Amino acid sequence: MVESKYMPLDGANAVSQAMRQINPDVVAAYPITPQTAVVQNFSQYVADGLVDTEFVPVESEHAAMSACVGASAAGARVMTATAANGLALMWEMLYIASGMRLPIVLTVVNRALSSPLNIHCDHSDSMGARDSGWLQLYAETGQEAYDNTIKAIRIAEHPDILLPVMSCQDGFITGHGVERVGILPDEAVQEFVGTYHPKYSLLDTDHPVTMGAWDFTDYYFEHKRQQTEAMNNALPIVKQIFREYEELSGRPQSIVDMWGMDDADYAIIVLASTAGTTRTVAREWRARGIKVGVIKPRVYRPFPAQEIIEAIKNCKAVAVLDRAISFGTPLGAGPLFTDITSALYNEGITGLPVVDYIYGLGGRDTVPPMIESVYQDLQEIAATGERGALVRYLGLRE
Amino acid sequence: MNPGTTTSIKRMIRQEVFPTPFCPGCGHGILLGAILRAIDELGWSMDEFLFVSGIGCGGWIPSPHFAADTLHVTHGRAIAFATGAKLFNPELKVVVIGGDGDLASIGGNHLIHGARRNIDLTVICANNMIYGMTGGQVTPTTPHGAYTMTTPQGNPERPFDLCQLVAAAGASYVARYSVYHVRQLIRSLKRALQHPGFSFVEVLSSCPVQYGRRNELRSPVAMLNYFREHCVPISRAHTMDSAELADKIVIGEFVR
Repeated sequence: MVESKYMPLDGANAVSQAMRQINPDVVAAYPITPQTAVVQNFSQYVADGLVDTEFVPVESEHAAMSACVGASAAGARVMTATAANGLALMWEMLYIASGMRLPIVLTVVNRALSSPLNIHCDHSDSMGARDSGWLQLYAETGQEAYDNTIKAIRIAEHPDILLPVMSCQDGFITGHGVERVGILPDEAVQEFVGTYHPKYSLLDTDHPVTMGAWDFTDYYFEHKRQQTEAMNNALPIVKQIFREYEELSGRPQSIVDMWGMDDADYAIIVLASTAGTTRTVAREWRARGIKVGVIKPRVYRPFPAQEIIEAIKNCKAVAVLDRAISFGTPLGAGPLFTDITSALYNEGITGLPVVDYIYGLGGRDTVPPMIESVYQDLQEIAATGERGALVRYLGLRE
Repeated sequence: MNPGTTTSIKRMIRQEVFPTPFCPGCGHGILLGAILRAIDELGWSMDEFLFVSGIGCGGWIPSPHFAADTLHVTHGRAIAFATGAKLFNPELKVVVIGGDGDLASIGGNHLIHGARRNIDLTVICANNMIYGMTGGQVTPTTPHGAYTMTTPQGNPERPFDLCQLVAAAGASYVARYSVYHVRQLIRSLKRALQHPGFSFVEVLSSCPVQYGRRNELRSPVAMLNYFREHCVPISRAHTMDSAELADKIVIGEFVR
């Protein structure tokens, strides 16, 4: 374990610091609130000569991810950052990156998708990209955003994974919120991420390759099978890399963070910053003797179904908090809910009441009394045996 | 009520949304007024208009301030959205208002294709030479050597000459003025609005907060003086050699 140096940083700046230490070969990016600070701080490090990175402020996010794909295909270690409509504009390229098996690391500072226009946090941007073949990590704090950025490099470049990674944190809430962040020594990070040696790259003229060439009814299907296989097998490797990082940093790094889940009757499953609010409420309820727990997946793609199911199977009632709607699912549930309920069914667990709460869309504040109301609902569901509405809304005026 | 006066144009504004979100010293308020004065002086009603805008400070000029139909769309795509609206309702006067980041960078492709098609739109580009809303990053119109948040050692790239670009692509009315040259600007906007076909007016707008303060133009007056001192009309530019024109901005009507 090495000692971290503690600094007051906002979540965006914490990621810029991680990028400085990783010292990627190429960064291509386009400004968008609330991501802008990530790349802006980094461009200062480029100007100051603190990194060797080639930095290009391109003309759109579509161009940013295109340039990242080109650089990664040429064998570079590549990073970028975006949010909301910027991520939506990258959509076409997200599939190019994962289909070409390029280990690009993208920071997403989560923000609501237009329309109507909104710059505040929800997860509609990255949740829409959950099927694009990228691994997804979600950070509760600026500290986790820093840690995840460093781990993401190792995960993406692992020869048995070779897939791009999206490292997400909540816009403004952690992105602009200043907190105490422990920064590892530069050399420790450099040693942890090592040097990227691509197996195949363009411009390696002794070993010419073609990438993205046409692939019709003959082999396209087989290539997609390989891609899904890499994703399906990624979780144990991700766990191993999380463990290594835990040993290095001394900070706990389970892929699914559990609080009070050893004997919990009532559990809330939630991603990112609202896990902190939930834990605060859970602590108070535990002090009053009510067995509540909190589950916070740090990894969302690939989905850690086993860990979550194992933790909740003996609960009396479970709530999932979704900061995005998967429009058109039964009753308009969120993506986390549909993943969890399908995993429960697959494990043959059908008697456990699970309800979904859509919360915080467009940056609506999620405050402790709302979380208390969720635990109250769970108690009521368990006491009456009536599940009630499947999809509910927290903090909505109607 | 005399057309073009402040009293007269007030009815063209949703006054309940004031004050504007513009920073102190921003030139976009001058441009907002100039557009309304041009329409008012032409004797046209706001009911005849659709204003389309994208993302960025420039996009705020019509939306939500203009008491007319406004369509506030995604970053860079205003001209494409406007094309659709104009095709369905050709009687509508469709005006696109956006910044340089919006129209020339992420939306640059739509700009040249709108000009190539010579579709009957009026496009007003509020060029403040910076991404103002996101905090002052380099754009494709930032002058060579200028300091921004993402070019702390000076911009190594050359800027677009938007008027030359759009003229070359086929626009049939092309002009450039600054918010300092407000009378000429209003006259040009009137011509652009009346012009059948693709009309483009580039308006250099002051941004002391994001651009000026990093480039020794910290005050609103300093930025307006910069436009006064560096803008030369086309007729005078013809008499100057390339060395004299090096730090100058040519203003006037390039295609009419």
